[in-house]
Amino acid sequence: MIGLLRMLGARTLEGLRGLGEAVLLVARILRAAPAVALRPRLLIEQLYAVGVQSMVIILVSALFIGMVLGLQGYYTLADFGATEAVGTMVALSLVRELGPVVTALLFAGRAGSSLTAEVGLMKATEQLSSMEMMAVDPERRILAPRFFAALIAVPLLTAVFSVIGILGGYLVTVGMIGVDSGPFWSNMQNAVTIRDDILNGVIKSAAFGLLAGWITLHKGYTAVPTSSGVSRATTRGVVHASLAVLGLDFLLTALMFE
Amino acid sequence: MTAVEQGDPLAAVRGLHFRRGGRSIFDGVDMTIRRGQVTAIMGPSGSGKTTLLRLLGGQLHPQGGTVEVMGQEVPALGRRALYQLRQQMGILFQSGALFTHLSVFENVAFPVREHTSLPESLLETLVLLKLEAVGLRGARHLMPSELSGGMARRVAMARAIALDPVLLMYDEPFAGQDPITMGVLVDLIRRLNDTLGLTSVVVSHDVSETLAIADYVYLLADGALVAEGSPASLQASAEPSVRQFLDARPDGPVPFHYPAPDLAADLAGRGAP
Amino acid sequence: MNQRLVEIGVGLFVAAGLAALLVLALQVSGLAELRQGTGYQVTAKFENVGSLREQAPVSMAGVRIGRVEAIELDPASHRATVHMRIKERYDSIPEDSTAAIYTAGLLGEQYVGLQPGWESESLDDGDRIADTQSAVVLERLLGQFLTNTQE
Repeated sequence: MIGLLRMLGARTLEGLRGLGEAVLLVARILRAAPAVALRPRLLIEQLYAVGVQSMVIILVSALFIGMVLGLQGYYTLADFGATEAVGTMVALSLVRELGPVVTALLFAGRAGSSLTAEVGLMKATEQLSSMEMMAVDPERRILAPRFFAALIAVPLLTAVFSVIGILGGYLVTVGMIGVDSGPFWSNMQNAVTIRDDILNGVIKSAAFGLLAGWITLHKGYTAVPTSSGVSRATTRGVVHASLAVLGLDFLLTALMFE
Repeated sequence: MTAVEQGDPLAAVRGLHFRRGGRSIFDGVDMTIRRGQVTAIMGPSGSGKTTLLRLLGGQLHPQGGTVEVMGQEVPALGRRALYQLRQQMGILFQSGALFTHLSVFENVAFPVREHTSLPESLLETLVLLKLEAVGLRGARHLMPSELSGGMARRVAMARAIALDPVLLMYDEPFAGQDPITMGVLVDLIRRLNDTLGLTSVVVSHDVSETLAIADYVYLLADGALVAEGSPASLQASAEPSVRQFLDARPDGPVPFHYPAPDLAADLAGRGAP
Repeated sequence: MNQRLVEIGVGLFVAAGLAALLVLALQVSGLAELRQGTGYQVTAKFENVGSLREQAPVSMAGVRIGRVEAIELDPASHRATVHMRIKERYDSIPEDSTAAIYTAGLLGEQYVGLQPGWESESLDDGDRIADTQSAVVLERLLGQFLTNTQE
């Protein structure tokens, strides 16, 4: 019994320590913001790696999700005779929830995992250590540009996701089923507000980008420097980031939308 | 022990105590690194040789004792001062630790780019000269994945001397190399030290190579200094720990058997299968 | 050369993201509609506004002629005052027109429908529509139905 309690206590303490370490890390990274601004080349390279190279999966997923939303929405609303609200339904679902959340999850899986693996590998092969000994702070040189790239890329990817998703819904409902395009857009424009819906969606996506970038980079930076350690860190990074995004989504939704 | 003491002390550890994971790595150790010399730190695996380099570089902090480099107390330095000091130190890790996404040229150019704002033409000249010193000027466009282990280490050496450091540290530079490469590295370490006026610290367990170029040797075992002196004095020593290490004897003060209970008792305890 | 491609790619990416944000703001949300200020204000008092919300449409003969700007409770009469903004060009609404709250479709949101009157004088900025019909509240309807069937 005492042994179990001691183990629980030790685990909790270790968990708290890890959390504190992660918070201190992100604080140092945020303080490095001016340094990153002075070297846009690094930021641009990372934006390409996490942003541009995520576009394909974002575009394809958005299209299919939008199409499915349109289809399912139409069938459900048809029972109520309210099919002219399908545009509203697709738009609100995407802008408020699916856009930010799915984009963040896809990002964590595609870009986040590569961040963890790359940083973890650099740690395992002592590249970060030798950088430190060359008097170059690896947190500023390697971590900070990647962090800010995630912070910038995710909201942009989310906006693209929402637009393409709405397009997908339009293609299916108006293009294929034959819903009237007029009320599709006008009902949508009536229902979607820039302050409550779009702005909140952007805030969510920025928060998710911050979280996903932070967690995946931290996991890579603190990985055990062996091949199994890096692999563990990569999977953990994706899982933790995804769960954190979903949890934060609930919190933000509760706060934002009454 | 006859001490070969030419040159002033550049770095020193006094009364060094360091523990890691409940294990005591250093238990009160005194060592002096003298300017212009190649100082070797040798000992069996796990004797804390690499840890010492990290302590000198400020990546680790000792639990007790002092670590002094170029007159400065390393553990007490703030971030900025530490980074200033590191610009005067070079370190070569066992794996070379080249940046895998940069070419040979870019790897050597990295510290120069980060710490100076030299115009590109001047930078290119400097990098090529450093590569020339290690004999790899022609390989400048290769990527690290295309290099052999020995070549990678030489590139890492060029990178370590890129900013003309005062102190150069080598972590197991000869480990796992073929005889020719070993010969090249041995030669390079000594020549660079003398022609560039460096001070070198070589951590190694390759006896013949290290003794061939060292000016002064420290032998560590079990967290303590077992012997020190010139290579000649060590070769002449009759101390059992020194003899076991230098003569490569499998058993001696460092035992062959990991501590275990009596064999008969261990087997008997298993019972009939 | 490779660097240039990277920079072009990132530039395209950021441009696409910003364009998407713009599309969301202008096309998807009702931002274009938010250009208030044009139009004149008209009020009407109701016993019960049901689930009428701000930004709800105001129509006449099925045509959108304005929006509900604000809904308040009048402390004196304990009735709801609905402030509406009618577009400038619809300036010939008879003074004795009536206002009622209807529901669009079965699930739809509620809106204010104006029924034209006969006066030659038209509504001006600040005028009040006197004759109003409140929203149909389902419970009351059921209550009426039940009491009727009991007789």
